[in-house]
Amino acid sequence: MRQSLIQWFKFASPQSFYPLAGRMIPWFWAAAAIFGISGLWISFFVAPTDAQQGEGYRIIFVHVPASWMSMFIYLVMAFWAGLGLALNTRVSAMMAQSLAPTGALMAALSLWTGALWGKPMWGAWWVWDARLTSELILFFLYLGFMALQAAIDDPRRADKAGAILALVGVVNIPIIYFSVKWWNTLHQGSTINLNKAPSMAQTMLWGMLLMALAFWMYSIAVALMRVRAIILERERHTEWVKHAVE
Amino acid sequence: MNAFFATVRRDLLLAMRRKSEVLTAVFFFVIVTSLFPLGIGPEPVLLKKIAPGILWVAALLATLLGLPRLFAADHVDGTLEQMALSPSPLGLLVAGKILAHWLLCGLPLVLLAPVLGLQFDLDASALGILTLALLLGTPLLSLIGAIGAALTLGVRGGGVLLALLILPLYIPALIFGAGAVEAHIAGLEVGGHLSLLAAMLVLAAFFAPWATTAALRIALE
Repeated sequence: MRQSLIQWFKFASPQSFYPLAGRMIPWFWAAAAIFGISGLWISFFVAPTDAQQGEGYRIIFVHVPASWMSMFIYLVMAFWAGLGLALNTRVSAMMAQSLAPTGALMAALSLWTGALWGKPMWGAWWVWDARLTSELILFFLYLGFMALQAAIDDPRRADKAGAILALVGVVNIPIIYFSVKWWNTLHQGSTINLNKAPSMAQTMLWGMLLMALAFWMYSIAVALMRVRAIILERERHTEWVKHAVE
Repeated sequence: MNAFFATVRRDLLLAMRRKSEVLTAVFFFVIVTSLFPLGIGPEPVLLKKIAPGILWVAALLATLLGLPRLFAADHVDGTLEQMALSPSPLGLLVAGKILAHWLLCGLPLVLLAPVLGLQFDLDASALGILTLALLLGTPLLSLIGAIGAALTLGVRGGGVLLALLILPLYIPALIFGAGAVEAHIAGLEVGGHLSLLAAMLVLAAFFAPWATTAALRIALE
């Protein structure tokens, strides 16, 4: 038990995490490519045309994984931020910082593909649906986190302030989600109801799951690449970085 | 608890010496709410419909306007560091400062809201609900805002950043606060909205001073 604990904390040091991340990145890229290609193949060529929505529904193979990842990444980001705050491990805070842009990208992608899907299906780029609205607010939360970190010059203070913001955000996300949901049901006669989606064909589900895995692997690969860059930038005064860059 | 009341008294006294700062936020509230009819048109039916939302959004922005001052002056002259070093827990002093901020920035809005509501043709019972909702909601805004004010203390572009951090977190208060009045106008039960506002207030009153204290300690390091 004691031995394993030491092993875990070994990678809490930037110096030992940097090469580990470097070794993991190609694997995650490979996994992302495999899942992505098979997922795209299923979603474009195997999955049947939807009876009600035609070919336009195929955007959900990007939209749904992006939405899932945008929510999941916020949780992971808050987890690393909280860990960094509690244990004062520098790599945890760097992980949180490196995840934020990918999370924001996923939220933006989800909003954008949602608009592309909404125009042919609902006849509107945007409706004030509960899910759309809460996704938009999640996007704002990511932007706030990134803006706060960017505005503070001292990286240690930026880490800690960002961690508190991420944790406050995590407490608030369920409150925001349910308040938006109730607000929506109060205001809107149910013209559009996402919950009554027609049951999905088996192949569609497979395509979506593969795409979700591809997005997941991509997010990990990109976050690890970014965390390596952050490590180099912050540890540039140390000897090992000078050797690593050479 | 003495330290708590001493902090409240001190902040109120300081504000009374410089009244203009407090009054600016109040006037901002009045002006913003008066701009909407000018922009939208004087039609009473429409104005009555949008009144709760406008008054609430204006209250959010007015609260936001006063937030950067919550800790800034004390941070600059070193009072905040003395507070952190003092034998009384910092959380208690911070709670006192938040209460003083609400008394100065929140309570005037609550008292003014019925008068401004009259401009929007709200009837007496709707005005009562509006005041009650703001009475529950504005302390919540001060509490959540204090976290943002502490996080952005002494940071470049703090004021704009504060808005970006805090406004998304204000959304539940806006929804249930304005929703209570709208539900009342529509003839629905308002108890649920007000209960949820009160629940969020209790939750924030417990956690927000704690999170604010943590953020302040980071800023003081």
